[in-house]
Amino acid sequence: MAIKLSRSKKIRVLPGFKLTLGFTLFYLGLIVLIPLAAVFWKTSSLTWAEFWHTITMPQALASYRLTFGASLLAALVNAFFGLIVAWVLVRYEFFGKKIVDALVDLPFALPTAVAGITLAMLYSQNGWIGQLLEPLGIKVANTRLGVFVALTFIGLPFIVRTVQPVLEDLDPELEEAAASLGANRWQIFWRVILPMLMPALLTGFALAFARALGEYGSVIFIAGNIPMKTVITPLLIMGELDMFDYAKATALAVVMLVASFVMLLAINVLQWWTNRYNTHNLA
Amino acid sequence: MTPAATTFHTPHPVAQRRSTTESPLVRRLLIGVALAFLSVFLLVPLVAVFSQAFAKGIGFYFHTLSDPNAWSAIKLTLYAAAIAVPLNCVFGVAAAWAIAKFDFRGKNVLLTLIDLPFSVSPVISGLIYVLVFGAQGWLGHYRDAEQPWLPWLQNWLNEHNFKIIFAVPGIVLATIFVTFPFVARELIPLMQAQGRSEEEAARVLGASGWQTFWRVTLPNIKWGLLYGVILCNARAMGEFGAVSVVSGKIRGETNTIPLHIEALYDDLNIAGAFAVASLLAFLALITLALKTWVEYQHARQNQTKMFP
Repeated sequence: MAIKLSRSKKIRVLPGFKLTLGFTLFYLGLIVLIPLAAVFWKTSSLTWAEFWHTITMPQALASYRLTFGASLLAALVNAFFGLIVAWVLVRYEFFGKKIVDALVDLPFALPTAVAGITLAMLYSQNGWIGQLLEPLGIKVANTRLGVFVALTFIGLPFIVRTVQPVLEDLDPELEEAAASLGANRWQIFWRVILPMLMPALLTGFALAFARALGEYGSVIFIAGNIPMKTVITPLLIMGELDMFDYAKATALAVVMLVASFVMLLAINVLQWWTNRYNTHNLA
Repeated sequence: MTPAATTFHTPHPVAQRRSTTESPLVRRLLIGVALAFLSVFLLVPLVAVFSQAFAKGIGFYFHTLSDPNAWSAIKLTLYAAAIAVPLNCVFGVAAAWAIAKFDFRGKNVLLTLIDLPFSVSPVISGLIYVLVFGAQGWLGHYRDAEQPWLPWLQNWLNEHNFKIIFAVPGIVLATIFVTFPFVARELIPLMQAQGRSEEEAARVLGASGWQTFWRVTLPNIKWGLLYGVILCNARAMGEFGAVSVVSGKIRGETNTIPLHIEALYDDLNIAGAFAVASLLAFLALITLALKTWVEYQHARQNQTKMFP
């Protein structure tokens, strides 16, 4: 016992390490890792040529273009408006601010199917918003624009919620210093505030983009699901599953999973960057 | 506002403010843009759900909700959440205890793996269970295997015709998967920030492991835990994509509330779909209210800790 204690640098006073870590790994493996491994196991039943043929078929390519394009566009729009919303919520006082602040999380809390049918109804030809856009020649329901609208809805809170705390912690002295040196408000924003918000903004952007890539429920109702036009990749996978073509569905799922893992890696790097930036400021 | 007047009063804040805030015009413009954006994307949809739900009158609303298929969907949703939320809660506490209170190698990898279900598309979350438990999956293969490694298990599975996919267990599993990280990711940063000195002090003073957890750790993390549970529950009851893959969508049997909404919508019973959807929208509002309240309580607890 004495030898053991002298060898380890820290003496563990608290109990339960083996129990909690063991349970964590067991549960993680059972619920997440083993089932996820099944995707790659199932794909191995395809030859490389079959796999390549499936993931590059015209419907698949069209769905990637739509899914990635609409997700990117939605995340960009959210980055712009999300920054304004975060700014307004942190810096200004106005009537009903607390309610607005709480309401920002609605896309997290509202089930995707409910969001889906609501957006589909609002933007249909006779819908509240659709009938306003109809005379302008803008059609949203059953078009790619509809996919973009749904993805904007579900990505909305990500930017606000990542930028907001950073903006709150921003040291006012930096802005005062810039102002005392003769910078105007726009210059201060562009050269002092925005560079400091950049890591958080990029993290929020990446989170919104990653969420939009896999989104299913809120999109399928408004998209109309016209083959080659408004079919997103998750729906294409669903279609193959309905035909019990598990090999095809799994091949497409591998493409989506790889994209998700790349995004996850990017988000981790961004968050590390954000945190480094913060501690750097404190020092 | 003459210079002479200002010298006799306390320093006027206007001149100082001008350099670090925007002009009233810009301020109003930004507030206007933000509120307009949020109105179109959040407020209008929220109002629309409830107004559509009652579009055919209150009688039709309650008629839709008292339908046996709607009832069975509500019961199934509550059942799945009642299993998924406590399990993920226990997991979240265990994972946070291991990660926050001890040092070990590979911690960052573990953190990333715990977050994994969030980055996977809901459709794929369902698909993976079909691949494991479906007719063509691992378990399906196992039932027909000529040389099973646990013959009694194969016999048991075949005798009981044990179904997971297109049945309730699959729905529960998919729900557990999609809500997997919620409690853990809420508790881990919180418990890391709190450190282990309080627990160590309790141990040194003679408290047992359980006493330390119940009397020291739990009161410290209660708001974070509640926050995680609220978010976990909202997602568990509202999950659509993953559940839709594994459910088989048998009305009155394997339809959850979101799937029942889709079924009504596909029947072109729009008012009915929105009537059921209003239940989930109401749940979302309660979730938001509870979340705001917990955030407030949590901030208050932190404040009293810093300035006792």
